[in-house]
Amino acid sequence: MNNLIPYPLTFKSIGHSALLIEWPSQIDKIILDDILQLQSSIERELGNLLVETVNTYNSLTLIFHSPISSIDAIEKKIQQLCQIQPSIKSENQKTWKIPVCYDKEFGIDLDDVARQHKLSTDEIIAIHSKAKYLVYFIGFLPGFLYLGGLPKKIHTPRKSTPRLRIKKGAVAIGGQQTGIYPSESPGGWNIIGNSPLLLFDPEQDPPCFVQAGDCLQFYPINKNEHQKILKEVEQKSFTIEADPS
Amino acid sequence: MTGVVEVISSGLYSSIQDLGRFGFRKYGVPVSGVMDEQSASMANHLLNNAPAAAVMEITMTGPKLLFSINTQIAISGADISPQLNGEAIPLNKIIKVSEADMLSFGKLKYGLRCYLAVKGGFQTEMVMNSRSYFAPVTKSSVIQKGTQLPINGYDNSVHNLSYVKTDPSFFSQSHLPCTKGPEFGLLTAAEQKSIFNKELSIGQENNRMGYRLEGFAFQYPTGHNMLTSAVLPGTVQLTPSGNLIALMKDCQTTGGYPRILQLSQEGVNKLAQKKTSDRVSFSLEERG
Repeated sequence: MNNLIPYPLTFKSIGHSALLIEWPSQIDKIILDDILQLQSSIERELGNLLVETVNTYNSLTLIFHSPISSIDAIEKKIQQLCQIQPSIKSENQKTWKIPVCYDKEFGIDLDDVARQHKLSTDEIIAIHSKAKYLVYFIGFLPGFLYLGGLPKKIHTPRKSTPRLRIKKGAVAIGGQQTGIYPSESPGGWNIIGNSPLLLFDPEQDPPCFVQAGDCLQFYPINKNEHQKILKEVEQKSFTIEADPS
Repeated sequence: MTGVVEVISSGLYSSIQDLGRFGFRKYGVPVSGVMDEQSASMANHLLNNAPAAAVMEITMTGPKLLFSINTQIAISGADISPQLNGEAIPLNKIIKVSEADMLSFGKLKYGLRCYLAVKGGFQTEMVMNSRSYFAPVTKSSVIQKGTQLPINGYDNSVHNLSYVKTDPSFFSQSHLPCTKGPEFGLLTAAEQKSIFNKELSIGQENNRMGYRLEGFAFQYPTGHNMLTSAVLPGTVQLTPSGNLIALMKDCQTTGGYPRILQLSQEGVNKLAQKKTSDRVSFSLEERG
């Protein structure tokens, strides 16, 4: 295929200096790849006009330094960029190996989740840690990853009463999604474990080691290993394993 | 010469802010920065500071601040009856401050947020290209009793006695200029017309993240399943309860509710000076 963007894009302004580009309303890896490719072309070609760009499942928002004088002109330019998409696959995409301690000390809802699915807790852990998850974007909290790929078998409704405090590093399931709380926060997801890794570290540049388009895989660790990694992370001596995607 | 401003008491919600933290929204980091850019820039401008110099944003009840060094300050925005060593001082004017002077505040007369600029700007820690407080990016979201905020000392002989007259109607006007948001079309046909004639009131939930606007229940579109998408400061979302929420500077980077309107910068500035029960309405500006 020559035209790598087969999707009809829609353009809408948000206020005077932001432009929203939308793809069809679907959660789909192919759409994400499209968005990320166009994002990198736009940042390369129009970077001097832009404060930054934000992607989500099916959209890319461009935030400009100053009011956009002609949406039509920008739209035309972007349509041109779609035609000359580079065919290079984003070679930077990685699959990160994320250690998770599923011990019940952390996985306070693990029993409950297992009961709801009529599975054993070991089966829940096996299903959760075997799957490969795609990072669609980061939002909600600094370093909160929107992950796709939670197996249907363990989709679990959110808790009816959200907790006021969820521990930093908590690994949880909310509906069709799974995620890691990057900092202490309130939340309504079912907590099944805890990762000792720092998903957001303002002292690092960039502050997140993961980026949109990367994949994640969880691997179970015991409480001792959790403690050990936690210490290594604190001393900045832990190396996170990653495979090329 | 460097010195500090020591926080003797913190006030209701006081924080150090500059124009915001840019380039990190892709990591889920809010922009932050001063809520009312117009008032903050006035205070910086008076002192001939750079526009991005960090100021203290003070909300409703002011802090008590002890200066360890000579400098000049300017205060703009809400009138929270500022006093230097117990003597009332004017807003929008360069004020001479000497070592061991105490700045305090009194009764809120109008507006909600005022901005304290010091000559050269607060020299607090720069985190990810910005001094704006926002936890967990910075350690705390507010200044705390005992905090020592570094500043540079300056010759405090003030020769420029001019003071800037501001338009007081900025604080009393209820019209918030805005444009239509990407999901404006999800309002009913009747609501699309009436939304610009409605008076709404500021709910109790109003802070640096957002302002809940109450007084009319809009119809939440049934069967509408929007995927989470980008939101900006000034984005007005329609929530399932039928209320609107105007997002402010510490808002999340993405959200899943329809984006009905987008406040202009002026709209955000004005809203930042409103408090619980104040009335507001939307005025549609045409694209220039």
